[in-house]
Amino acid sequence: MSNHTASRIRGERLVKYSIITPPFLFLLMFFLFPALIMVVASFRFPGEFGGLAPLFRTEDGTGGLTLENYRLFFSSSNYAWIFLRSFGVAALTTVICLFMAYPVATLIARSPKKSRDLLVLLCVLPFASNFLVRVYAWMIIFQPFNMMHSRLAVIVGMVYVHLPFMILPLYTNLEKHDPTLLDAAQDLGANAWQRFWRVTFPMSLPGIFSGAVLVFIPVLGMFAIPEILGGKDDWLVGNMIKEAFLGARDWPFGSMLSMIMTITVLMLVALSAWFARKGVYRA
Amino acid sequence: MALLEIKEVSRRFSDLVAVDNVSFSVNAGEFFTLLGPSGCGKTTLLRMIAGFDQPDSGTITLDGIDLKNTPPEKRPIHTVFQSYALFPHMTVEQNIAFPLKMAGQSESEIKTKVKATLDLVALNDRAKRYPNELSGGQRQRVALARGLVNRPRLLLLDEPLGALDAKLREQMQIELIALQRDTGVTFVFVTHAQAEALALSHRIAVMRAGKIEQLDEPDRLYGQPKNRFVADFIGNVNMHDATVRTIGDTLTLDLGKLGKVVAPLRKNQSLKEGMSGAFIIRPEQVSIRAASEPSGDPNQFVGTVNDFLYIGDVTTYIVDLPDGARIEALLPNSAPGRAKFFELGDPVRVSWKAEAGAFLDS
Repeated sequence: MSNHTASRIRGERLVKYSIITPPFLFLLMFFLFPALIMVVASFRFPGEFGGLAPLFRTEDGTGGLTLENYRLFFSSSNYAWIFLRSFGVAALTTVICLFMAYPVATLIARSPKKSRDLLVLLCVLPFASNFLVRVYAWMIIFQPFNMMHSRLAVIVGMVYVHLPFMILPLYTNLEKHDPTLLDAAQDLGANAWQRFWRVTFPMSLPGIFSGAVLVFIPVLGMFAIPEILGGKDDWLVGNMIKEAFLGARDWPFGSMLSMIMTITVLMLVALSAWFARKGVYRA
Repeated sequence: MALLEIKEVSRRFSDLVAVDNVSFSVNAGEFFTLLGPSGCGKTTLLRMIAGFDQPDSGTITLDGIDLKNTPPEKRPIHTVFQSYALFPHMTVEQNIAFPLKMAGQSESEIKTKVKATLDLVALNDRAKRYPNELSGGQRQRVALARGLVNRPRLLLLDEPLGALDAKLREQMQIELIALQRDTGVTFVFVTHAQAEALALSHRIAVMRAGKIEQLDEPDRLYGQPKNRFVADFIGNVNMHDATVRTIGDTLTLDLGKLGKVVAPLRKNQSLKEGMSGAFIIRPEQVSIRAASEPSGDPNQFVGTVNDFLYIGDVTTYIVDLPDGARIEALLPNSAPGRAKFFELGDPVRVSWKAEAGAFLDS
């Protein structure tokens, strides 16, 4: 290798590292580091007036590490129920979003190329106004129907807010499908339903999977919608975490709830990714 | 009775007549080819036979039954698409099983047929692979297997060899012929590659601008083209404007400044003296020798070698004639140790027999 090529490769490497270093540092500082703080916090005692007690046990017997937060969680079925309810609401929201988004995404994907961008823009247009304002607007819609503070109101609100997150990945997937495949299926004897079920649907599983992740996880952590549109029985994990931090000022307890949620979600995602890879779909 | 009958079929797209009053029939067990340049209407015709498009007028019947109200999925006709259109989420096996599943056949029946078809296309060791793990030729074979597995009445092939490289294409041509013979399925093949059409087909319909120019067996199409378009489209040809001088057992044609040539009179050819048209002769029918050597042929001209194309097995010499016209002569390179007979600028004598060549009035 000539000197010239060697120095060029070195130069390219320098450019590559200088491009990825800032975002890498940013994520390290503002994502990984806080997450680690949270992991440690979930094993600590709360401070007297909020915050955290010292990390190492002091002479007056406060501070140090403990499993107390986790023991508390598993000592009562209440927390488990809220978790279960949250997963239920998130699952239901995801399924409703899927059923509503699929026809919309199909329609956009099959529209003439020129109008596709406009239709996608229309789908994300609600993001142009503030999220809270839109949720309050739903209050005005629900009130005359006496639907406020109900589970139904929460679900409607959740679906409304998260629908675009299902439409977009689905559309991106469906748009890439080769229409000749549907011709081929029809040519080989498949009717309209079989063409969908045996060709379009299995090929769209990656899109469904990304959409589901993008809806399911934010719904779990959402506290504003249950708080504004729901009643006391509609509290979700997000509300508990928020209440632990802002209401009870019990940071360790909030961190522990957060940890349990993160671990459960990661397990779910890993499980479904495994299923997805196990042969339901191959690109 | 013919298997497939196309009767006075026309198809218009806003300002374009894609298929213009076309009629022909395909016999059972035949390898039939629609040949023509792009935009000649051959693909539109194929889509109408498959059922993806409807004729504006005319009828398409299969086994005597009008297909007008039969959707594509109900027609006993399968298509091999140019892009193969293999299902990317299914293995080779699942792709081939697809039409059988759609036809509601039993699991055991499907298993046997898929196995037999995998044998037929020599893809047994690829049964569990996905299409993206296969080579171009293997994908092609899967597409063929999928089209043939439940023995349709008709298999339509839309330029199926277009995406393959030359060597592979030749190999697939041989496999196609064998597949057609072994399965007995009737093939309707669409292509713009004339050599491919000649090599594969029992009969060929040459299309241009929505019409069939000539429908014939390959050797007749090549040997007795009906008009200039067919003569030019199929193979290489030397063409020269000509006028009919005398009509007897043979024709005497006036080639203008070049002088006269004798050409055979075809049966069923109604000609008048003074009629103008074209004289055609294939390069392999033209003999070439040094200008100093005499030739016994009735048609001969002396010219100079302008260029030559060495192909390997043959060399094509391009000879300038005195009137500025050019004629191509093909010489096989069968003499051992000798690949070139003439140099650029050499004076040469081109000649051909009285039975060679033809006069075309259109």
